[in-house]
Amino acid sequence: MELFQLIDPIYIVTIFFFIIGMQRMSHPLTARSGIVWAGAAMLIATLVTFFTPGLTNLALIAIAIVIGGGFGYIAAKRVAMTDMPQMIALYNGMGGGAAAGISAVALLGTTTAATGSLAVVGGLIGAISFTGSIVAFMKLQGWMRPRPITFPGQKILNMAVLALAVISGLLVILQPAWLPLPVAMYLPLFFVLSLGFGLLMTLPIGGADMPVVISMYNAFTGLAVALDGFSFATPNYAMVVAGIIVGAAGTLLTLNMAKAMNRSLSNVFFGAFGATEETGVEIKGSMKAIEIDDAAVLLAYADKVIVAPGYGMAVAQAQQKVKELTDLLESKNILVKFAIHPVAGRMPGHMNVLLAEAGVNYDHLFDRDEINPEFPSTDVVLVIGANDTVNPAAHREGSPLFGMPILDVEQAKNVIVLKRGQGKGFSGIENDLFYRDNTRMLYGDAQETVGKLVQAVKKF
Amino acid sequence: MTDITTFWTAIYIVMLAAFTGYVVISRVPAILHTPLMSGSNFIHGIVLVGAMVALGLATTPLEQAIGFVAVVLGAANVTGGYVVTERILQMFDKSGKKPGKEA
Repeated sequence: MELFQLIDPIYIVTIFFFIIGMQRMSHPLTARSGIVWAGAAMLIATLVTFFTPGLTNLALIAIAIVIGGGFGYIAAKRVAMTDMPQMIALYNGMGGGAAAGISAVALLGTTTAATGSLAVVGGLIGAISFTGSIVAFMKLQGWMRPRPITFPGQKILNMAVLALAVISGLLVILQPAWLPLPVAMYLPLFFVLSLGFGLLMTLPIGGADMPVVISMYNAFTGLAVALDGFSFATPNYAMVVAGIIVGAAGTLLTLNMAKAMNRSLSNVFFGAFGATEETGVEIKGSMKAIEIDDAAVLLAYADKVIVAPGYGMAVAQAQQKVKELTDLLESKNILVKFAIHPVAGRMPGHMNVLLAEAGVNYDHLFDRDEINPEFPSTDVVLVIGANDTVNPAAHREGSPLFGMPILDVEQAKNVIVLKRGQGKGFSGIENDLFYRDNTRMLYGDAQETVGKLVQAVKKF
Repeated sequence: MTDITTFWTAIYIVMLAAFTGYVVISRVPAILHTPLMSGSNFIHGIVLVGAMVALGLATTPLEQAIGFVAVVLGAANVTGGYVVTERILQMFDKSGKKPGKEA
């Protein structure tokens, strides 16, 4: 038996392992073994691909794998846990770029009408995912302004670019005889327009919507990979099946996330959320600051404290100190719970991961529906670097946040908001909570401030 | 096999794969959304094998150049996607293994 005859059996085993892996990843207890299953499958699939009949450029392939693999490995190892969301965006974009590249190579060679069409659609989606994900990465990384970038005529321009990309793609497939330019000219045009559209459609999307966007581009890349699987002379079913699974799972995940934020997909993509200010509403009251010692008194003499963490906690790397503080409060027989908004941080589950890293027990974390009824009976809510997820403006009709499910922290007896400055949240919307009578602002770096709080509480 | 049987076989495969993806995700708690997104991000790294074939069958320098870039990007998707997912899931593992540590 020749080695290449092993390719299909091994691809089938790969797919089987992928499905088992995803299944295991969908339960907290087995999650970690899931990625190991999938990883092992990927490794053997990659190795057996070297035996593809007629494969040349083996040295080039090996070098490219070392370069790309090395970069991916080192960058992913070095980056801080807080920056994981944008790394997912980055690697997803690279997958989309690879898919676009496969399409390009396929279209440069000889294709049939069927394989050519699928390569064009795969190339379009892959290219959009590539530049779109890169923009998402840059916005989250802070290399680009996270707020929506809008300009007059934007939607028309975007639609025109997409239409032109589709037309040039059609010309590449159909190759009509009357074309004024040689067909080879339309291929680069097609890719430039597709890449451009990915960039343009992501610009007006604000940072707060990025998780949904990244998830959608993840599904896009899966779909592009699946379509590219058909672009070869003999279809690569490993790509087709894995790509479709990711496409379907990613679509469902995207819809779930959008639902958790009470945003519709069309809203995410065309709403330019956070670009406009609500007008005509004046927030009553003023922001009232509190000193460390006074905050410590409130905490030390409370019966029940709920911590509502947000991205600010992650940025300040304050989770260790927060854990210290909550341990201290528990040692004083104070009931401590964590309120985790589904989209706190930059992604669903982001806070859970960071708090777990700091050693906070799983059973201390409560999601929005579980914890919301408890706020009225809570003495102190400590909001650490959260903003939009605790903004009661979401209950007010006309607010851009209206309808978004939030943590109802304002119902607690006292709310202490730890915040670096007086700035707005990621959505760019003013937070009513900060002006409430029962709210006190504790300004400063979260890690430093919580550290001081620990010292101050110890005195009581 | 004729083209038309290939076509219908492909439709069967796509339908079943889509259903599988849907079922695997449908009963997942919100806290696992990020790891799962990261995990599925890793799984579409299978694009690497396609990029390898594209580069391996490339004949002109232009095809080779594009294929090379595709393999680099695909390989980064695979290793980066794996490490990110592994690191995220490690956090869950830690909290699962030491229950009641601070209780």
